[in-house]
Amino acid sequence: MSINPNVLYIIIGAMIVTAIPRIIPFVVLQRLALPKPVLQWLSYIPICIFTALVMENLLVRTESSVTLNGQVLMAVFPTLVTALWSKNLLATVVVGIVSMAVVRLLW
Amino acid sequence: MSIASELSGTKPDSLSFLHGVKDCIPTLLGYVCIGFAAGIVGASSGVSTMEIAFMSALVYAGASQFIMCSMLAAASPPSVIILTTFIVNARHLLLSASLAPYFSKYSLWKNIGIGALLTDESFGVASDKLAKGGQVSDRWMNGLNITAYLAWIASCVAGGVLGNWISRPEAFGLDFALPAMFLALLISQLQSVQTSKLKHRLLLVLCMAVLMYLLSWWVPSHISVIVATMITATIGVLTDK
Repeated sequence: MSINPNVLYIIIGAMIVTAIPRIIPFVVLQRLALPKPVLQWLSYIPICIFTALVMENLLVRTESSVTLNGQVLMAVFPTLVTALWSKNLLATVVVGIVSMAVVRLLW
Repeated sequence: MSIASELSGTKPDSLSFLHGVKDCIPTLLGYVCIGFAAGIVGASSGVSTMEIAFMSALVYAGASQFIMCSMLAAASPPSVIILTTFIVNARHLLLSASLAPYFSKYSLWKNIGIGALLTDESFGVASDKLAKGGQVSDRWMNGLNITAYLAWIASCVAGGVLGNWISRPEAFGLDFALPAMFLALLISQLQSVQTSKLKHRLLLVLCMAVLMYLLSWWVPSHISVIVATMITATIGVLTDK
């Protein structure tokens, strides 16, 4: 139970660089009214980001190529079906975790 | 901010602090699983429980904490660790910019407070509510953010403490909590789109997937996320009728 001063400096540095991109838009856009096309552009961000974050987990970068992660792909199917049918965040997460645990147990 | 004054307030209940806390509950399992995994990974990387607690409270970013722990274990230079953390979290610039216009009427300090605790998931819950025609408020967002923040710190510390007994959190599928949540949030976004616009949005999803794949050949995935999102959102504006 101790803190290495070197680790603490790294944590503080990391705190600053994670806070900046989170806070800057809230400070700038508080005073600035954005034109309509920019607001429309921003309205596409949620769909884009969530697709990106799912894809980030699906893709595996090897030395010579980019392939799909088979285990993730197998776990994605039951998770996707649960998301479509239940429309429930918690149920989807539970099915996702259980699917992944089963996939890793069997393969 | 007292809960009693929130309850007796005249504002609609769906905008209260307490309602924000309630709306955070479905995402808590995701935070707890990943926080737990982050704590275990931290402990196995030789990061002390106190350092894990500081990291989760100050940095408060899942993917970054995993990477920080592995880089600390590998004794990477501090400047490289901090730069990597920045790159991994730069996408928050897009998330914050997307959400900030809805909070512009509140004070500067309230905006800073909301931005400081924004995560992929709290952004997801807020944009989900907006996509379904709901409204957001400063108090609701704080309820959502603060609940997530406390759950994150608690689960990271718990993972750090238990890290001595569990060495492989992946075996329990815990690391899949986040992708599963992002998938659910994506589907929810698509389900709230008008039928006439669904085809357009699905094409954007396809465009994102292809771009993510192609960009992954050249740049790290955290850069792909930002670049592909900016390109696809631009295509979205240009092709929307």
